[in-house]
Amino acid sequence: MKRNDDFELRRAHLKDLTDEQLQERFWQLTGQVVDPLLKLGYENTTPAIERSVLLRMGFSSLEVKEIVEGALKRGLLGHGAGNLVYKLSKKKNIPIREAGLLLAEGKDWEAAV
Amino acid sequence: MRLNIEKILENLENYRPRRRGWTWRKHVPDLKMGAFTYREASEPLKESVPLITAHHFDNIDPQPLPVITTEIASGRFEDDIRRMRMAAHHGADHIMVIRTAGQSHFDGLIEGTPQGVGGVPITRKQVRAQRKALDFIEDEVGRPINYHSYVSGVAGPDIAVMFAEEGVNGVHQDPQYNVIYRNINMVRSFVDACESKKLIQWAGQAQIDGAHNANATARDAWKVMPELMVQHAINALFSHKVGIPKENICLSTVPPSSTPAPSIFMDLPYAVALRQLFKGYRMRAQMHTKYIESSTREATVTHVLNMLVSKLTSVDIQSTITPDEGRNVPWHMYNIEACDTAKQALLAMDGLQELVELKKDGPLLKMARELQERAVLFLEEMVELGGYFSAVEAGFFVDSGSYPERNGDGIFREIDGGIGAGTVIPREKDYFAPVTAHYGYNNVAQYDPGAVDNPSSLIGGCTLENPEKIIYIDELDDTDNVYERMKDLGDYHAGTKLRPEMEWMADGTVLINMCFPTDVRRAEAAALECAKAMNLSEAAIISREILHNAEGTRIELKGKLNIDIDTASLVLAPEPDILSDDEIRADIEANPMTIVCGTVGEDEHSVGLREIIDIKHGGIEKYGIKVHYLGTSVPVEKLLGAAVELNAQAVLASVIISHDDIHYKNIASIDRLAREMGIRENIIFVAGGTQVASETAVTHGADAGFGRGTKGAHVATFLVKRRREMSTTS
Repeated sequence: MKRNDDFELRRAHLKDLTDEQLQERFWQLTGQVVDPLLKLGYENTTPAIERSVLLRMGFSSLEVKEIVEGALKRGLLGHGAGNLVYKLSKKKNIPIREAGLLLAEGKDWEAAV
Repeated sequence: MRLNIEKILENLENYRPRRRGWTWRKHVPDLKMGAFTYREASEPLKESVPLITAHHFDNIDPQPLPVITTEIASGRFEDDIRRMRMAAHHGADHIMVIRTAGQSHFDGLIEGTPQGVGGVPITRKQVRAQRKALDFIEDEVGRPINYHSYVSGVAGPDIAVMFAEEGVNGVHQDPQYNVIYRNINMVRSFVDACESKKLIQWAGQAQIDGAHNANATARDAWKVMPELMVQHAINALFSHKVGIPKENICLSTVPPSSTPAPSIFMDLPYAVALRQLFKGYRMRAQMHTKYIESSTREATVTHVLNMLVSKLTSVDIQSTITPDEGRNVPWHMYNIEACDTAKQALLAMDGLQELVELKKDGPLLKMARELQERAVLFLEEMVELGGYFSAVEAGFFVDSGSYPERNGDGIFREIDGGIGAGTVIPREKDYFAPVTAHYGYNNVAQYDPGAVDNPSSLIGGCTLENPEKIIYIDELDDTDNVYERMKDLGDYHAGTKLRPEMEWMADGTVLINMCFPTDVRRAEAAALECAKAMNLSEAAIISREILHNAEGTRIELKGKLNIDIDTASLVLAPEPDILSDDEIRADIEANPMTIVCGTVGEDEHSVGLREIIDIKHGGIEKYGIKVHYLGTSVPVEKLLGAAVELNAQAVLASVIISHDDIHYKNIASIDRLAREMGIRENIIFVAGGTQVASETAVTHGADAGFGRGTKGAHVATFLVKRRREMSTTS
């Protein structure tokens, strides 16, 4: 889009605001821009987030890739990759690390759901 | 002693960071150092390299209050470690490591130590090695050093975890950077950023945003000021709402314009507007890069002017840009120049705001207000369009029109486009992540309502609590790693061989300055011919400046000089040998000594000689030597005549002007005249001056020559020793 500088026209509703009021408006508008973005973050996940969860659970960068790709392929990432590992470890009564390595090798996915 | 890189690389699998979080410098109000009081200085260092002029000021090395950043990334992290040590000794306490080209698009962590391009592949091993080296370096200088790199790209959260685990102290994190400059899907970027920022909060890291890139990208950099404020605000508020405290959120703010524009008139109102809007946040004053060219002088002046803006407003982290950034990936010496430039400028402006204040009337605040109004209008239109994503789809950002003016040259991205599009997945009702520092919906209660505040308790703690759970990978590539790179460089690392270097051990790079009395094209061609004659390979011209279209061109040329110097074969100039003050005094007491001295030739310089003789400068008078000072522009006949008349045992001639070797010619004429007068055998003749080389002075007839850095004790030692020799030979 091309547009000439119509600042004088547009600022009509701002020009009488005090500096404090203008600054308040700046932050209130910024809030309106960022709040929906934070909500998206609250309600969604991504392969990178799930890898970061698995890294924190004690898996290597190579292992987390396998597990997350396995979950993605099976449409299970929305449950949380860490959740899948946790469930498998509970079900089979094995350590977290052992459970994750099974999934990384493509095994026991059905038990992880 | 040089750092032993091999030692640093040992046992990294067991390395643990000794602290987390960012460290600010500690203010010492009214710090007294040497003859001065500093209003805005921080705790002095234990070990450091002061500014070059400091030797006139008792070698003091006061440290300014803002944290000083240096960006180091040559592609080989092992060489960067040595540069970090140099920078820390020159006052840097924020080491920022630039990532290799392409890391943003690498979907996961990179491991091992591959070589990078324009930066370093950031890996766990590389981070550990550098953090471990910095532990040693910070003990040496006596100040904590902040280590910093980037949490961006499609693997942001992966990197954020690794950085939190490894004790990285500061990070760049701004999802807008992914969107605008790396074409990573915008939804993915913001969702990932929530997780990354949660980890940044946990690790107490300082976070720097990416807004300065708009300034560096837009065609007319000074017109993006309203947008810059909007970009800062989006990242700042977004981060704060995720949980990062305001005092750890730093705005990467650049003075947007550059000379020959009237830059301060534009940059200062912008800096004021920004600081009025962002109270409570921190200012990371980045230096201008957009219009940096190959002249290191011009870049340095721009950067000093940038710091004037910092000092007239406020600054928490003063970034430095190397003056060679417009030529190449920065070299060691330019990192150090940049650190010194910052230290010098900030010290010079110590207490500036106690002397001057910004005007409350006049154009300054009016211009600042206008920028703020333009930024508000920008946000209003974003909201009207439907929010951030719609605005990016409409090409709102990095448009070179000063908002609301639009030039239609902004960067467009689509909501379902870019790398990583379609990878954002809704969390199911049972979504669960048993870890610390996780953002968003997490159904912990389904397993244990008591663990809601501590999800990782369900797995006995995650790596953030139990670092022994981290799986460390050493190397994945047998050919591209630090050991292979260092294999053939053992002699250089050990210091038994030397080769010139600019960025990598033994790279052989040299920089040659030349001036040719011709135009640019001929000068360039001539310079390359000279490089051939000098046996330089890979010669390239990196800067040319017109002195006059026809009369002269200045050329800077780089090339490689692939020769090795065997350190053992070097002939070193002898260390100055100095007798103790007591020994000199006793000698003079037993055998009093009279000398005559003066600056010879048509030369009015007196400072250097006075420093050698005056008692208040620790000169030779303090030993009881009787000094007859004849002043400046003393004819040689008068100097020697006075020596005869006063029965002096020594003559000290100061020869400062060196044009056409006049200083050595004067030395020769004193020697000749003394011989003609028949007194040469009985008198000690010492010459001194800033351009005097000892050996050359002696070949021209002096008994000794003293150059820059000489103290009274050196001269007195020589006089005493020479007199002893003369008495044994006569």
